[in-house]
Amino acid sequence: MIPEDAAAIVSRAASTSFAEHLGRDHPELLPSNRSTGIIAPAAGSAAGLAPHATTIVSLTFSGGVLMAGDRRATMGNIIASRHIEKVFPGDLFSVLGIAGSAGIGLDLTRLFQVELEHYEKIEGTRMSLDGKANRLAAMVRQNLPMALQGLAVVPLLAGFDTERREGRLFSFDVTGGRYEEQEHHSIGSGSVFARGALKKLWKPNLDESTAVQVAVESLYDAADDDSATGGPDVVRQLWPVIYTVNSAGARRVPERELEEAALGIIGRRSVAGREA
Amino acid sequence: MTQQFYVSPEQLMKDRADFARKGIGRGRSVIVLACRDGIALVAENPSPSLHKLGEIYDRIAFAAVGKYNEFESLRQAGVRYADVRGYSYAREDVTARGLASVYAQSLGAVFTAESKPFEVELVVAEVGETPAEDHLYRLTFDGSIADETGLVVIGGAADAVVSALRDSWSRDLTFPEAIRAGVASLQNDGAAGQPPHRLTPDVLEVAVLDRQPGTTRGSRRAFRRLAAPELESILTDGGDT
Repeated sequence: MIPEDAAAIVSRAASTSFAEHLGRDHPELLPSNRSTGIIAPAAGSAAGLAPHATTIVSLTFSGGVLMAGDRRATMGNIIASRHIEKVFPGDLFSVLGIAGSAGIGLDLTRLFQVELEHYEKIEGTRMSLDGKANRLAAMVRQNLPMALQGLAVVPLLAGFDTERREGRLFSFDVTGGRYEEQEHHSIGSGSVFARGALKKLWKPNLDESTAVQVAVESLYDAADDDSATGGPDVVRQLWPVIYTVNSAGARRVPERELEEAALGIIGRRSVAGREA
Repeated sequence: MTQQFYVSPEQLMKDRADFARKGIGRGRSVIVLACRDGIALVAENPSPSLHKLGEIYDRIAFAAVGKYNEFESLRQAGVRYADVRGYSYAREDVTARGLASVYAQSLGAVFTAESKPFEVELVVAEVGETPAEDHLYRLTFDGSIADETGLVVIGGAADAVVSALRDSWSRDLTFPEAIRAGVASLQNDGAAGQPPHRLTPDVLEVAVLDRQPGTTRGSRRAFRRLAAPELESILTDGGDT
């Protein structure tokens, strides 16, 4: 903290990014620099070495946006965790979910959370939603070398845009591409099945509690067909993690509400007694 | 070749200290007071955007008087220090004590080594779960650090403000009571013998560190800035003098 030369102070003062600060002063702390030695791509994929986080669904509803994630992480054919949480609040008005290499995804999430809070404290104002999406895209891009080794992580960002007064959704690719999604989107191994369900279940101007039902049901359908996605676990009382974001901020949907939604779906489907 | 005149180290330090004191003495006072609800920070500040009070971390706040550019760079450095530490260790590992000692080292190094000392005085405040766990550190331009209990006043007419505050402050105050006491005593912050000047919400900057931010606001961040309307209602409710 002792000032060096004047020019260095000015350039430091101009930076409001926590990730940039880390890159300059503590490069070893960046998730992209944590790897020790690069495995040659020829040696094959490293994907089987670490737990893999699976399905995330996200959808807009009247006055906000919602994100839900199942509770399973897999390592090859093994269930690595039944309790993992893959949806996190970014700040007051945004949430993000991760799919792919779980460890890198959790690191990325932590860095992103600090990045937003750091900006807010230094600048005295919150980052715009587009700003958040761009920062996240840059962080995903930094992980590209690891992604090529098979340790890819792709987030999904949902937030309430306080300027436009609406919920918005952003998906990303490993090269740092940032795509705004309409209505609903899902990522991860079960995303194909979840998206199919969402197409039938999602309607414009859903209210918040119906949106929670839709999210739980689409995850149920994903778990039905994808072995890497966990369904509601009645024995262990495990339900998906769901966050909603509206003009009042991000809120974690309480367990009780999720249990009700999950048991409702199981009940209805049992009564129907059909194949799907 | 020019001849360097001998200046004794005592004289050199005294000159630097006098210079820094003069700069700080020009500014208005800032009050930091612990109470039942948490820690209240009250400052006279006509600018709504150039803050004297700031958030450092979950339970830690910063208050400063003196030159804006100097204490703002210290505040930003403090935020970086806290965020790096919280990111690389854990959020609980960021403490006011650690931050205050880093500040003390920086201020001390600048005071002795640089061509001009920082003309600032700082308070680092950390709110605890109970009033006994509150920490208030006062840091002066030469790097001295003092662990204060209950209340700290920094800035030009600090002594006058402290004596005005001693009668009205106690540990059991609520936030509105503490803020009213703080504002009332800030009004005595003038040159000796001058009548108190009235302070309206538009020239006040007030922030609080909530003792239980999780239960009151559902957030782990205790720092909250009070907007003018809220401040207005706090000040008028108590029949402010």
